[in-house]
Amino acid sequence: MVAKLALRYTAFAYLAAILALPVGMIFYRSFEHGVFAAWQAVTQPDALHALWLTLLIAGIAVPMNTVFGVLCALLLVRSKMRFARILDVLVDLPFAVSPVVVGLALVLVYGRQGWFGPWLLAHDIRVIFALPGMVLATVFVSLPFVVREVVPVLRETGEDQEQAARTLGASPWQAFWRVTLPSIRWGVTYGVVLTTARALGEFGAVSVVAGHLAGVTQTLTLYVDDRFEAFDLTGAYVASVVLALLAFATLFSMNALARKEA
Amino acid sequence: MATSAAAIQVERVAVRNKAARSDSLLPAGIVTTFLSVIVLLPLAAVAARAFTGGSFWSEVFAADALASLRLSLIASLGVAVVNAVAGTLIAWVLVRDDFWGKPFLNALIDLPFALPTIVAGLTLVALYGPHSPVHINVAYTQAAVFLALLFVTLPFVVRSVQPVLMELDREMEEAAASLGAGILQTYARIIFPTILPALISGVALGFARSIGEFGSVVLISGNIPFKTEVAAVHVFGQIESGDIAGAATVSVVLLALSCAVLLALNALQRRGLRHGG
Repeated sequence: MVAKLALRYTAFAYLAAILALPVGMIFYRSFEHGVFAAWQAVTQPDALHALWLTLLIAGIAVPMNTVFGVLCALLLVRSKMRFARILDVLVDLPFAVSPVVVGLALVLVYGRQGWFGPWLLAHDIRVIFALPGMVLATVFVSLPFVVREVVPVLRETGEDQEQAARTLGASPWQAFWRVTLPSIRWGVTYGVVLTTARALGEFGAVSVVAGHLAGVTQTLTLYVDDRFEAFDLTGAYVASVVLALLAFATLFSMNALARKEA
Repeated sequence: MATSAAAIQVERVAVRNKAARSDSLLPAGIVTTFLSVIVLLPLAAVAARAFTGGSFWSEVFAADALASLRLSLIASLGVAVVNAVAGTLIAWVLVRDDFWGKPFLNALIDLPFALPTIVAGLTLVALYGPHSPVHINVAYTQAAVFLALLFVTLPFVVRSVQPVLMELDREMEEAAASLGAGILQTYARIIFPTILPALISGVALGFARSIGEFGSVVLISGNIPFKTEVAAVHVFGQIESGDIAGAATVSVVLLALSCAVLLALNALQRRGLRHGG
């Protein structure tokens, strides 16, 4: 009994010191000068633009990764081709790559001295230090989530119903929309939630390719960094609280979905 | 009669296989192209850049690059050890203990996955920085790096060990206890061997994550070369100062380290599956 309580309070103390208290602190710091000051900080034009850009990037990256994720999961589970085994390993690569390396990699392909740099320059297309580069970085880092959530669900549901539909004359497309997709919808949703959280919160990769122009190529995470460097701590804390609230919304949906799946 | 029925069956299977193959050709093309353009091509560019110019080893052994890699490696190993202990402990409490607010605590574990890394870094500055309300200031020290890595890797071990503990057969423990085994003995002989594969997996994922960590470290570590500058921050500095070759070289080392860990893990899991463990 004593051992049990000792373990319990050790776990509590560790979680409080590493996680709960630090996160609580940014809420306290944000509102210590009053709600009005916090509201003023978060409605700065640069802050609002950063929030809008963050949502825009996620709005492009998440659908791309959702379509890719579902297709890729179908291939991994259903295809008997040998390349599925290789694909299985490659899909996880983004989890193994440091965000800064992702940014560098994009610079080396699309930057001025990159592989496609001269061609892009000649056609006046900006990728690095512009929206396309930031989207590419975000797609890269959040790529595996949908795949990883959908694969186990597909394995579990099996192929029987889909084949029944095919036997009854459904086209592959119809079988996918009417049978396969409904059966994996919670897995897809869960993956989309994780992808969105990662897309909204990406910092390192976007930081390398964004160029840090306030009000132009600054996402909310970059804005936090920028305010911190400029000693505007309230601005940094308040923007962080917005991101933290989005994270809490993510956790909440994850839990709601987990219950639905069970 | 029987043979012709079998022949029809064989033909039908062949037709179905062929149909399945042509069905999956288009998705296979889309998936491969997407993955190549988004992931493989850029990574190839990093490798190509690192190995052109023939200065790979002199770049790796540049004193500041080496120091940053060493710090990342040592800190990640240390964090892996702490995570193995703390993660198992937390998973144990979440599975076997009962207390008010347990579902809330359970949900909280995933917060580091959902929270942007820069925010994670800022929360640590707020509590353990220069204006610490608890008068603990670790800013600009190696302890800060350690703390940041502990924050972002917290869920890995908990979430891999937790399901295994849930499945664990309590009768085995009770049998061990009735045969006179103490708590520690039961843990060492019964529980630990069962959770070991999951523990290794969680620790390895956490290690692969910490070795390239950037966002959570950058605000609180102060990024002092030779002291608190981790590898990813070093790469970032090199990019900013235009030393792309140097940045690519350190990146390749980072890539190699984390890929090696993940590939080893993948191989280990495959073997575990085959042996039914």
